[in-house]
Amino acid sequence: MNPFTLLARLVDEAPRRALVLLAVLVAVLLVAPVALDRYLLSVFFLIFWFATVGQAWNVMMGLCGQLSLGHALYVGLGGYVGAVLWVKFGISPAIAIVPAVLVAMAFGAAIGWLGFRFGIEGVYFALLTIAFAEVTRIGFDNWSYVGGAAGFFIPVTAGGGSAINLRGGPLLFYYVALALMVAAFVICAALRRSRLGHAWLAVREDPEAARALGINVFRAKMAAVIVSSAMTAVAGVVYAFYQSNLFPSQSFDIARSIEMILAPIIGGLGTLFGPILGAFILTPLGQTLIALVEKIAGRAIPGVNLVFYGAALMVMIWFAPNGIWPWLKKKLGIPEERS
Amino acid sequence: MLWSLYGNVLVQGVLTGLVYGLMALGLSVIFGVVRVVNFAHGEFAVVAMYAAFVLFRSFGLDPFLSMLPIAAAFFVIGYGLQRTLINPFVSRPEHEQFILLVGLAIIMVNGTLMIFGPDARSANLPYSFDSWEIGPIILDKVRVYAAIAALAVAALLFAFFRFTSTGVAIRACADNLVGAAVVGLNVKQLYALTFGLGLACVGAAGALMVTLTDATPMIAPAFTLLAFTIVIIGGMGSMAGAIVGGLLIGIAEAMASVVIAPSMKTMVSFGLLVLVLALRPQGLLGRRA
Amino acid sequence: MTAKTSFSRRAVMAGAAATLAAPGIAHAQARTLKIGSLLPRSGFFAQAGQSMHRGVLAAPDLLKELGYNVEIVHIDTESNADVARTQAERAINDGCHVLTGAFDSGHTLAIAQVTEQRQIPFVVNVAAAPQITEQGYKYLVRNFQTGGQLVTNGLRLIKDVMDAKGIKFEKAVFLHANDTFGTAQRNAMDAIWPRVNLPIDLAEKIAYDPRAQDLSVEVTKIRALNPDLVMCVTRASDAIKMVRDMVRQRFQPKAIISPGSPGFYDEEFYQALGPLADFVMFGLPWANPKSNMTQAFEKSFAKANPNNRFAVDSFNAGFAFEGMLIAADAFKRAGTTAGPQLMEAVRATNLPEHIMIGGPITFDAKGQNPNIGSALVQNLKRIPTVVLPKDVALAEPVLPLPAWQGRS
Repeated sequence: MNPFTLLARLVDEAPRRALVLLAVLVAVLLVAPVALDRYLLSVFFLIFWFATVGQAWNVMMGLCGQLSLGHALYVGLGGYVGAVLWVKFGISPAIAIVPAVLVAMAFGAAIGWLGFRFGIEGVYFALLTIAFAEVTRIGFDNWSYVGGAAGFFIPVTAGGGSAINLRGGPLLFYYVALALMVAAFVICAALRRSRLGHAWLAVREDPEAARALGINVFRAKMAAVIVSSAMTAVAGVVYAFYQSNLFPSQSFDIARSIEMILAPIIGGLGTLFGPILGAFILTPLGQTLIALVEKIAGRAIPGVNLVFYGAALMVMIWFAPNGIWPWLKKKLGIPEERS
Repeated sequence: MLWSLYGNVLVQGVLTGLVYGLMALGLSVIFGVVRVVNFAHGEFAVVAMYAAFVLFRSFGLDPFLSMLPIAAAFFVIGYGLQRTLINPFVSRPEHEQFILLVGLAIIMVNGTLMIFGPDARSANLPYSFDSWEIGPIILDKVRVYAAIAALAVAALLFAFFRFTSTGVAIRACADNLVGAAVVGLNVKQLYALTFGLGLACVGAAGALMVTLTDATPMIAPAFTLLAFTIVIIGGMGSMAGAIVGGLLIGIAEAMASVVIAPSMKTMVSFGLLVLVLALRPQGLLGRRA
Repeated sequence: MTAKTSFSRRAVMAGAAATLAAPGIAHAQARTLKIGSLLPRSGFFAQAGQSMHRGVLAAPDLLKELGYNVEIVHIDTESNADVARTQAERAINDGCHVLTGAFDSGHTLAIAQVTEQRQIPFVVNVAAAPQITEQGYKYLVRNFQTGGQLVTNGLRLIKDVMDAKGIKFEKAVFLHANDTFGTAQRNAMDAIWPRVNLPIDLAEKIAYDPRAQDLSVEVTKIRALNPDLVMCVTRASDAIKMVRDMVRQRFQPKAIISPGSPGFYDEEFYQALGPLADFVMFGLPWANPKSNMTQAFEKSFAKANPNNRFAVDSFNAGFAFEGMLIAADAFKRAGTTAGPQLMEAVRATNLPEHIMIGGPITFDAKGQNPNIGSALVQNLKRIPTVVLPKDVALAEPVLPLPAWQGRS
């Protein structure tokens, strides 16, 4: 099926109001930079970025039911491959995305094979993903070719460099991240409606029943982890060039992995809008809390805003355990997504 | 000289491993019965460390004594938490429990930061720096005490589950929830007791930890990860497994520091973890679910 | 037609830019310099971040006394590069004319991209990665030693103290945290050690996991090698673990010297170890106890932070203050808060009178201050005391390390 017919089918099948909402959102975001200052641009970059990686993670957990707590691994791998190829070999990140994705896919496949072949599930699988991320972190910490724990730096040539090499200001990254978010959405929407997507949902609901239906459960799960790692790695390349420096302790950190999965869970696991909505809630929430504490207390009190952030997470999961999007969808009168 | 090096390292691994084991025991007990993974486990351990520090600083209470009131207080906290916050999430999917407890963990980390500041805190016992020399082997006093105390707490817990009717009832819950409910056990109550016991273990372990290392708000996630690794290696829900897992990790990391490099030692425990997951996913002493 | 549309669009953009920039222009005539201080006051680096923050809190009083007009905005980077970057943008939106920070090299580089694009001067107060001044940033200066300078000076001071006390070390071990700073120091050590010709056998370099809960095994390993000099690059609380295990394992080297790292001078180190904190040494840039400005700063520090000792914060607080001083002085000379002119003034800085040991504060073509000196500091009676070089020393170095037992 060519992408256009696929897209046409998507438009045809998706709930009308959701599509209108999406179109309006994208249109607004496309022209928004005219009204946004640089601070807001940089906040929006983070929103788009977290929506993208959240979407990618959602493929594994939301669609296929495999809990990964080590997704920072693919961000870090993608970032390192992209950065090393650019700095050491002068290969543009536009091209380096391919090897970056391949490397991440290889790691994803290794974890998946180990996990699914040996029937490691749930919390056990989650810890397996953490273990891989941590082992990779320690490996990079001790690998001097990429700078080890001292970090790897992408030179920032003032004024030089071009957009295709991801050298530029916040406006460039705003649009790149927006494109990533939209692409991730479209890919996930397409996948969800493909045969593979149906297989994933079946596996998520009941692996035994899926097997009885003739679905190759192992292959479906492998496809999920590979797709998810590939998408995450692309976001990883962009992030590396946004910050222009990489440290194993930050890139592969478990705290990073956790940060990445908050948005899709809070937004609505397994839904297409969930990761986007979650990112639009959580990133601004964090930023607002910082400003709010400053305003009320007159100065930053370290920790206070994060205490409120933690409390907000608990409140949200308490009142909307399925995520905010399913609740919001009911309010907006959007019918259930057909699957 | 080489043998004395290995001997010393082995002893250190064993002693540290026992305290790790006690910390992991709490996680294992809670998971084994309530089926909730306490992602804020390390944070509770750190709060216990601070509690022991405050009791020592304000009242001169030795952490080896204050571990008892701390464990009791943590039991009450755990009981209350299970009754109020956790219980509605018991039957919910893991990722929802995860968010709830991660939220709690963030509050605890930053709360301790606000109250105690970022500086490392430790209890300076008069015998903090003492050690015994037995031939070429050097034994730190506090490490030996902490290991003995960890074993004692673990033994008490074993005895509780083995010999008291409540303990047996809790085990029945873990083995067969429906059956337990059918015979009229108050599952809610037993869950709360279990969560309390799990936190009491962490409380005791935290009090012991403060004699060995320093409390800072930021070490909590490392403890959570450590407890997890140990529990999975030993077998989720197996009490003996937690202690064995702790020992194994303690020894493996200590040995790896000498044989490979100290900076790579956690790699070895994760390697062990992957191995166990692949070859014996239920853990060394766990039963097939 | 296309030309026209693109023209009009550009006009709109320019208009929008002008509106956005308007508050900045209004500020350009301001009489007060607004400085954004970005520090990791929560999260992983909170200990150091808050120590530096105490210096920032003490800055306004003294700066006023010196005839500078500044307003400081305190920003917490939460030890998170994303937050550092967005908050840098926000600080500039809120009218900050200069930023200072940021302790961690990664955060520093994240902020540097913002200041470079927005043409706002960024005065780096602490951050050692050599790459910071190798990137060609035009709006960044660093008033701190690079990792290489730290090690070079640290090793030279080890040689000096050997000469001064007539002591010879035969065998050394280098222990370092395997984190960003520790590894950078290790790399510098690898490059510099062979060149300094110290007559010491460097038996082994040991990297430890910065997330380790204790250093007992590492110390056992060192003990088995039995060096008489232990050189270490630790992070704050690791230093406690190292010394504690040395005492427990009854390992007594002739000297413990850090060629430039935190750990030995933090309040927690003294609190945790008491008398055992004494006599370890470290070579670092340090507040010059004989400078008038240091003495004045000590007073305003005591007023701003009554519960903290200046002596233990003097490294962090001193650099934090100097960052402010550089910005304030540039503002006075430039007479404007406009970024490019202000930056020109920052680059032309020449401050002979300041806090840290060393020559006048100036910046080379790369924006690096080449004149920062290092001192050998020793803990004496729980107070970090400068013992070398002679002209700024307050006491004689004590070597070899007195026995752990029987101290008070």
